[in-house]
Amino acid sequence: MRKVYLDHIAATPLLPEVREAMRPYLEEAFGNPQSLHAAGREAQEAVEAARGDVAALVGSRSDEIYFTASGTEANNFAVKGLALGQQAKGRHVVVSAIEHSSVLNSVKALERQGFAATLVPVDRTGRVDPAEVGRALTGNTVLVSIMTANSEVGTIEPIAEIAALCRARGVLVHTDAVAAAGTVPLDVKALGVDALTLAGDQFYGPKGSAALFVRKGVRILPLVDGGIQEGGRRGGTENVPAIVGLGTAARLAARDMESRAAALRPLRDRILDELPRRIEHVVVTGSRTDRLPHHASLCVEFVEGEGMLLFLDMNGIAASSGSACTSKALKASHVLLAMGFDHATAQGSLVFSLVYPSAGEDVDALLEAFPPIVDRLRKMSPLYTAFLKERGS
Amino acid sequence: MYSDKVMDHFANPRNVGVLADADGVGQVGNPVCGDMMTFYIKVDGGRLADVKFQTFGCGAAIAVSSMVSEMAKGKTIDEAMAITNDLVAEELGGLPKNKMHCSNLGADALHEAIKNYKDRQAGVVPAAKPEADLHEHDGCACPYCDSALEEQDKTFCRACRVEFEECPTCGGITKKGDKTCIHCGAPLGAKG
Repeated sequence: MRKVYLDHIAATPLLPEVREAMRPYLEEAFGNPQSLHAAGREAQEAVEAARGDVAALVGSRSDEIYFTASGTEANNFAVKGLALGQQAKGRHVVVSAIEHSSVLNSVKALERQGFAATLVPVDRTGRVDPAEVGRALTGNTVLVSIMTANSEVGTIEPIAEIAALCRARGVLVHTDAVAAAGTVPLDVKALGVDALTLAGDQFYGPKGSAALFVRKGVRILPLVDGGIQEGGRRGGTENVPAIVGLGTAARLAARDMESRAAALRPLRDRILDELPRRIEHVVVTGSRTDRLPHHASLCVEFVEGEGMLLFLDMNGIAASSGSACTSKALKASHVLLAMGFDHATAQGSLVFSLVYPSAGEDVDALLEAFPPIVDRLRKMSPLYTAFLKERGS
Repeated sequence: MYSDKVMDHFANPRNVGVLADADGVGQVGNPVCGDMMTFYIKVDGGRLADVKFQTFGCGAAIAVSSMVSEMAKGKTIDEAMAITNDLVAEELGGLPKNKMHCSNLGADALHEAIKNYKDRQAGVVPAAKPEADLHEHDGCACPYCDSALEEQDKTFCRACRVEFEECPTCGGITKKGDKTCIHCGAPLGAKG
């Protein structure tokens, strides 16, 4: 059976070049970058080279990059650190309703400390209207955090427009670019953002490797208090192998991003075009135009996501879902609900996200295996029976 | 994550379908919580001569329905009423903690179908079942530890021992005594 991996948003494979670049730092080059001796200097040079590579990926200066252990940590650092850093100016933050839980729950933590927050709605495609962000700003607003792209529906947000509007009002802008960085070109100057989160496991780097860009001169409070690492803004001995892996993955992404996207985009479009054609009552979620090149997502009506994932897995196909049952919390995706989908439809959400290199045969395997799976689950579904009865067939 | 037995009942569910001439029909759950089950029974000589079901839900929900149907088939009404959620989960070789919710629905749906049969026998006209409220707020699982909550448990999570109150703004269940709602961030307690 052909193994088909369509779960980029969960994890990407480690590129062989990345693994080889990391290997010395897992073996003989084990020094602590803060040590004065040669072993320490060797590690420090590797960390600083990686910092330069990550900076180059997003068009920033090297000293504007802070390494963290995950995208979640970087988002916590940004939202809490920036808001608390500006609280003398005001205590109001604005985020979209479809942010990752690491942003939404950081905002909740701020609220417990007396901050006020506004959730900006999205349209049916998951797009944030910059004008809505503008309306949410008050004289008290110190931070706006809107994701660059959403991992569940693939929609790319108009960050440059949002940032321009905030900048004019003197409000800081953070963007969670975990789903976008390394897969679409990003430049922090062109975007006009003050902070940006990226994670290596979304562009063929190792897990546990991530970074926050913070524009020079912007005040941010540390999340992890400790020593002098990362300019005193993130304590803890540097995870040198992960940082080296992140740097290498960033360098390769900057070089190969276009060719990877060019290879994956037609496969993505084939999934988005063909599945609704082959199965009735399938809705593409997210934008068809402003969309991540490797990302296809849809909702299958009358069935629930987990059953589809289990049957796909039995067919050797790995995908993911935003349905209630696959999340531990038994709740439908807040992203799809914010986009105006009803609970029943949101439960049938699926994400097929392609890793490079995927082949046409991978998509063939999906297109062949999937319709009978849906058919089988619909035959079991009381919602489908009720629908057929209503339709009179 | 799932036992072999759960996977078997999920992939090859027994007794899927609709009984057009059912003697009793029971429906529980709603898509908000992710699961919905309909059970159909045919009664002959005091025994469940046939049982069929349809389920919208996760792998565990489908496996639970299948197992319940198998356990109930051929049983007397009283024996079928004695099938409990725990027995179903046990027969399946256990379920993940956050899926116990599904096993609760399985036996409930069967019992609803039996109740419906008894009502019909007694000539009770079944009250029009209110449409499942698709906009009803969560309440399926504890928002703090994700353990499934029983219907009667909406004020307290037995797993993490948190007491709840309903948020006056969004209607979600949130920790009693907190200053703001865990779902919508609205202030609790003092209104306005």
